[in-house]
This record gives sequence, C-alpha cells and structure tokens, in this order.
Amino acid sequence: MKEDPQANGKSAAASVLGPNAVSIVLLVNGEAHALLVEPRTTLAEALRGPLGLTGTKIACNQGACSACSVWLDDLVVASCSVLAIEVGERRITTIEGLAAGEGLHPVQEAFIAHDAVQCGFCTPGMVMSCAALLAENPHPGEAEIQTAISGHLCRCGTYPHVIQAVLALAEAQGD
Amino acid sequence: MEDELPRRREKFPFGLAHLGLDEVEREIPADEPPPLAPNAELTQIGKDIRRWDARNKVTGAALYTVDVHLPGMLHAAVLRSPLPHARIRSLDLSPAAALPGVHAVLTVVEPPADGASMVLRYVGQPVAALAADTPALAEAALRLIRVEYEPLPFVVDLDGARRADAPIVYPDSEWQKSPSAGLPAAASDLPITGNIRGPESKGSRGDIGAGFAAAEIVVDGTYDTQVQTHCCLEPHAIVAAWHEDGLDVWMSTQFTAGVRAQLARHFQLPLSRVRVRAEAVGGGFGSKSQIGVYGRTAVALSRLAKAPVRLVHRRDEEQMDSGNRSSSEQHLRIGARRDGTLTAISLHSYGSAGIAFGAGVGNMVTALYRCPHVESRQYDVFTHAGPACAMRGPGNTQGAFALEQGIDELAEKLAMDPLALRDVIDPSPVRREERRMGAESIGWTRCQPPGADQGPVKRGMGMAQSLWSANVQTNAACELRLWRDGRVEVLSSVQDIGTGVGTVLAQVVAEELGLQPEDIQVRIGDTEFPSGPPSYGSRTTASITPPARTAAWQIKEALFRSVASAWQVDPQRLTVQDGWIHLRDAPQQRISWQEATATLRTDRISAVAGRSDDYAGFRSRSGDAAMALNDLGGVQFAEVAVDTETGVIRVERVVAVQDCGRPINPLQIESQVQGGVLMGVSYALLEERILDIHTGWMLNPNLVDYKLTGAWDTPQIEVILLENYQGFSATDAYGIAEPANIATAAAIANAVYNAIGVRMRSLPMTPAKVLHALGAVSGGPH
Repeated sequence: MKEDPQANGKSAAASVLGPNAVSIVLLVNGEAHALLVEPRTTLAEALRGPLGLTGTKIACNQGACSACSVWLDDLVVASCSVLAIEVGERRITTIEGLAAGEGLHPVQEAFIAHDAVQCGFCTPGMVMSCAALLAENPHPGEAEIQTAISGHLCRCGTYPHVIQAVLALAEAQGD
Repeated sequence: MEDELPRRREKFPFGLAHLGLDEVEREIPADEPPPLAPNAELTQIGKDIRRWDARNKVTGAALYTVDVHLPGMLHAAVLRSPLPHARIRSLDLSPAAALPGVHAVLTVVEPPADGASMVLRYVGQPVAALAADTPALAEAALRLIRVEYEPLPFVVDLDGARRADAPIVYPDSEWQKSPSAGLPAAASDLPITGNIRGPESKGSRGDIGAGFAAAEIVVDGTYDTQVQTHCCLEPHAIVAAWHEDGLDVWMSTQFTAGVRAQLARHFQLPLSRVRVRAEAVGGGFGSKSQIGVYGRTAVALSRLAKAPVRLVHRRDEEQMDSGNRSSSEQHLRIGARRDGTLTAISLHSYGSAGIAFGAGVGNMVTALYRCPHVESRQYDVFTHAGPACAMRGPGNTQGAFALEQGIDELAEKLAMDPLALRDVIDPSPVRREERRMGAESIGWTRCQPPGADQGPVKRGMGMAQSLWSANVQTNAACELRLWRDGRVEVLSSVQDIGTGVGTVLAQVVAEELGLQPEDIQVRIGDTEFPSGPPSYGSRTTASITPPARTAAWQIKEALFRSVASAWQVDPQRLTVQDGWIHLRDAPQQRISWQEATATLRTDRISAVAGRSDDYAGFRSRSGDAAMALNDLGGVQFAEVAVDTETGVIRVERVVAVQDCGRPINPLQIESQVQGGVLMGVSYALLEERILDIHTGWMLNPNLVDYKLTGAWDTPQIEVILLENYQGFSATDAYGIAEPANIATAAAIANAVYNAIGVRMRSLPMTPAKVLHALGAVSGGPH
C-alpha cells in the first residue's frame, strides 16, 4: 500500500474491485491523501499503515471494543469494521486531528485533569466518542455519557474518571 | 556486604496519619537522605500531580510496541496447533520457505531430548513461525506448511483430568519442563500422580484433627473459580532487530530488564549487547512479565532473516495463548469456638493452569487470620489447555472468594456481625481500622438480615478482606542527571504499563530538589538506563522510588557543595525551595536553580542509587525479590441489587479501603484501585474462558463472547486511602495494584448472599447460576 497521485477521489466501492490494490482518496484531518489499497484493507489499517496515524488503535479488530473509533463526518465509527474503500468523500477525523495545532481539545484537557488515562490504549477512541457526544450535546448527564462510551472496553478501568471528566466539561460549559 | 557500610540513626514518622503520628528510630545507610516528612508537610508528594505521559496518550502520540515501525521490518505469523493433544508425524516448512517474500521459517515446538517426535499439548500451541514482507503474505505462507498430526487422547476439564483413566498430559517427569504459572509459592519439587501434582502445603501448622475436635461450630463448602484471561487492550507485541553486534528489541512488557536478562541467557549474548525498550505499554496485568515463546520466536526469526521482525498477537491468539488466571475448586472447612476464635482451617484445592504448574490459591487461609491448626493442601491439575501465568493478585484472588465467604458463613452461624468476627480473628490493626472506615462510609448499619428485601429486586451488602505481601525488587536502580543548564533527568529501565510510575518518579525527585514535577525529565522503559524493577507483584513504586529519592538527594548535595564553594560557606547551611537555593540561617542570600547549576565544573553530573534493604529488614528474600515486613491489607465493601426474576446481579456501589504505605499520587492510586475493583466486578459476574471439552478449542476467543465490564456495569466506587508510615525506606511507599483486586469478587458474593439468602459458591455469578441457586431454595423463580 502506498500513496497514489493518480487517484481521482471518487468512491471506489461502487464497482466490483480487487483483489489487487485500487486507488482511493481519503480526506483525513482536513487533508486529501491518495492511496493504493487492497479492497480488504480496513480504514483502521489504512490509517495506521500507509498514513502513519498510529494514534488510532486496533485491539479486538471486530468492532467490540471501540479502541479504533474515528469520526466519519460527525459519526463515530469503529474503523476496524469499515473498509477503506467504502469511506468515499466523507471527512475522516482521527485523534491526531481532533485539536487544531499544538492545543488540546477540551475533552483531552479534561482526561488529563481527571486522570481518565491509565495504560492509554483505549484512550484515543474514548476521547473521540466523548468529543462527539459533547459536540452533539454540550450538557450530557451521567447516563448519556455512559451510553456514549458503552461500546468502549477499558481493561484498566478508567470508566469512572472518564465519566467524571466529561461531566466536569458538561457542567463547566455555559448555556 | 550492606551492613559493612556506615550507617546512622534517624527518627521516622510512624503510624496512621489520620490517627496521629508517632516516631520510630531506624538505622539507615549513611548515603541515604534524612527521613521524609509526612505528606501534609510536603509540596509534591501526596499531591494529585498530572500523569507524566497523559498528554501523549490523549493525543495518540504515545508510542506503543504495536506502533513501532523499523525500516525493512518483516511481519511474523505463527502456525498453531489445531488439536489439544497430538504427535507431529511430519513437519515440512519448505513450501512456505520457497514462497517469494518469505524470509525466515522455523519450528517453534521443541523436540523432546530423547529424539522422540514432537508432542503438542493445547489448541493454539505454536508449531512453527515465519517472517514475510507483509502480514497478509505471512498468513498466506502459513497455509503452505505441511504438518501431519497424530491425534492423541486429551482432557481439558478439571473433573476429567482427575479421573484415574484420564489422558495424561505429561508422562514421567516431563512436566518439569512445563512453564510455571509464575505464582510466588509455586514449588517445583512436588510429587505427581497422573495429572495431579502436589500437594503444596506451605503454611500448614498444628494438628488439624485436634483443631476440629476443639471446634464448637464448623462450616464447610466447596467453591469454584473460573479461568480468566488478561485481555490487555494492547496485544502481546515485540519488534526484534538482530544486529551483528547485538540485539535491539521493542516489547510490550512489564519488565524490560528481565526480558533483557532472559534474551541474553537464551541467545548467549552479553547483557550489554541486548537493549529492550518499552515506551508505552497497553496493559499487562501479569501476562507480559516474561520474554515468552512468542518473544524468543520473533528474535530467532530476526536472526534468521537478518531483518527486524514484528510479531503481534491477533485477539484470538491473545485469548488462547498469552496466559490466564488458573481455575480452582476449593474445599474449605473452618472450625471455631462460640466466641469466634478459630480452632482449625482446612483447605484442599485443585486448580488447573493448563499445561503449566502453579495453580495454587495463595496464602489467604494460612496467613490472614489467627488460627492454631491449619491444613492447606493445594494441588495442580494438568489439562490440555493453554498455560496460565500470574494475573493481578494470583492465587489470593481465587482464595479470597472461598475464605471470605466461609468466614461470613461462620459469622452467621455464630450470630455475629461479620465485622465483629473479623475483629476477633484478624491480628492486623491496619485492617481493623480499614473495616471501621469502610463500614462508616458504606453505612454498614443499614445492613439487613439475608433476603430481607420484599419484592423481586433484592438489595444486599457485603464485605471481604485481602492479603498481599509488600514486595520489593532489590535489583532496582535509578540515575539522576543534573545538567549545567539546570535540566534534571531521572533515568531507569522501569516501564510504565499504565500505573503512572513516571509521574511518581517526577514527584519524588521534584520534592527533593525543590522543583516542580514538570521540571523533571522522566526517561524510562529503556535498558540502556540503570535496571529498574518489574511492573508486577505490586512492587514497582516500593522498589524504584527510594533509589530515585536517594539519587536526587545525592545530586542535591553535590550541587550544594558547588554553590557553597562559590560562596565560601559550609554546604550544610544550604537548602533549596521553589527553585531557589539559599542559606538556612540567612534566606536573603540566595541563588536561582539555573544560576546554581551554572557553577558546576562539568556539563553534567550524575548519581546512581540502588534499592537498599528496608531499614527494618525484610521478612524474606529470594534472588532479586524480597518481602517487606508489612502486608498490603485492603478491605472492600459492596452493595448489590439482585433481580430474582432474571438472575441479574448489579453491583451498585463499592467502597475500597486500601493501604499502600505512603501514597505518592492519590489520584493515580484512585485510578488503579478503581481498575482493580472493576476487574473484580468483571471476574465476579462476567468473565470465563470456555473450552469445548470435545475439541479443546476456546469457544469465546474474542472480546464479543468473552465479556468484560463496560461503563454500564460500573458501580459507584469510593476509594479510601490510608496514609501508613512505617519508616521502612527513603519514601516508605508500597504498591496497590493487586490488593485492589483481591477482595472484590468475595465482597460481591457476600453481598449477594445478604441480598437473596443463598450462597453463590461458583464464579462467575451468572444469571443462570443465580436462578438455579434460587430455584434450589424456593422451587424456582416465577
């Protein structure tokens, strides 16, 4: 898999493809990247491999743990369960693109302040889900936060501090 | 050797801080710092300082082994046994080796010494491995390897393996080559009959017959615990690069220095030519303590291919072949007098660590309570299943589930409150205080008689205690570097697997140097630095923070000498605070940290300190591992709601009262205790490795069918930390990871009993088991 300057940006999923690599363009964190990928390549593999965006983690590789969560437009998806070729023109946001420049997203700040991080392997995915929740609902209650992260597995047990961190943001943000 | 060094006497704070502190005099090595004041008088230690690597972890910048990409790196894949017991009639690697893009192929399973053919003993056991240009090519090449298996009879369940006619896992003395499950008390010289090895009877004492004869009340029960898998989110992973002049390894490991030693031994390299790095580690929980077969395989492939090799477990490999917590069947009998005094405890346990040995249930029965007559007979039962290894509180977590329910049952028979009974039989003043605090916090006085709630959802309250030794690694060192530009670095090979040891190091050094934790550059997880301790056995903080403080103190003394020489004063008159060095008796004469370090003769000065013995000595030691005189007691309370119509248990609240000596970062400790509790909730209610007895395959080798607690299963968790000073080391800090996990399932089980009036003696406490248990009492749920 390598970058392909010839790719045209159109969704490649419409026609029968493969098994050889096909050209696609992925819009990742505001930049267009032309890629050659085998049709079986998942979005998570494309991000971590040719694009070098290793902040997105693969843990279960079957949509059960949400460690690989990224946004397609405003929707949180498990990128291990999405094929790279079916993304099309949707905007992909990964943990690396969540905050602009050197700054941090408020969710990232809150995770640090509330120690919602232990080994950190589930953290990027967890952050993406919490940030999506706040974008949709700036004042979530505890149950809404639990629902937003209910698909995430954290073996270190950060759930209480994650909930605390997001609750603090929900309360801090003015109406 | 150590007692020949000059020593001096010092007075240390002593006791539980919230009850008022005393003093204790200790003799300490002359090159170690004066006693550290209690936390209340400190500025960095005891504070909720932000995790040192949190920024990297929330931005995705943290580098885990699975993220390491080296130029020319190949990808490994492992061919695994599809049969639980088989002889390999023939093995032909050549078709795979011939495939273009495959650079190395090797046999993993070792032939017996007598030249007989190779035998496989569990589904998922590595047979062969190869390295290829891409992961997909490696998987494709595996299918070209030709193996002819001769299936042999097998047994994967505990009952089957104990039958006289059971298929035998290890003939003769072959078990001696089996892996150890890594439990501290796993003796290697026990007798074996069929598949049953043992008993291990350490801690037994007195005359058990006389003990029961003297008993006025006896309780007995059989308790079963399941096999639990570690489920680290980052799978086991290694990137190995064999060079002409040595070996470079990245590994997701709990012990970089230990892995280096094992690799050096196995591949006959000098220690100095093996480098092991672990920048970020995505969990371990006991399963990443050793180099392992997979680690050696990756290195061997790299040597063969003359290229870096990446080996990362898929999730099913992770579930089947990266270790697990051994099962247990515990027959427990306890005798007591009417006043609660214990007269006898008898435990016969059978556990399976698969093909590994060491499936014991720890020292709960022999060490937690006062009892003159104790019989502990712990047997391993070999089965054709993947090897167990240490997992968060190994042994004692299983043991607590039985013992703490037995003690509660005894309390009920004696018509005593479970806390009052423990006040009679538990010698630990620390746990007594923990019981008092926990009871107050959970509202123990609200506790009703068993099954008292009317209606289908019944609530209950219970508690349980844990016991874990305060472990110390004596082969643990730390270097402090002070640069002329004022920069301070703390260096050790110790790895941060999510515990926050890096933060703690920065706090300890900053405290000693009068700086802020963010001023300290933490450089860890690399064996090029002084050897740090492992991140297992709840020993990391206890082992590495004293040398860190000692080295910081020595560096500070060196800096003081440099400044004092410039000022022409006695260095004893200097002190440092908030980034300024000044004279104690004339604070107006001062110099900033940067100006002070500019007075150094050389660009960089350095101090290396190792872990000295605890000032009051150790209880025991074996090689690099020692046990301190104290225990890490913990007491947990749980409140549950049991739906008697569906059988679903909901843990609503847990209060965890824990002791880790001096807490250095209470917020991080709270995180870790929450994690221990949640793993305990998961163990109590959800998790179980299920093996198909007809094929030996794991039926739930993934994170869909193997259930873990999620956010919705998370109870409200209250963490109460003691501040317990003993004057044992330069920091007086001990571990927390394992004690936080040991009591949880037992506390939940006792709470479930209190809710429904029926004892759940088998883990996990699934809805089906709850309904079955209720049916046995009331004729079945409506």
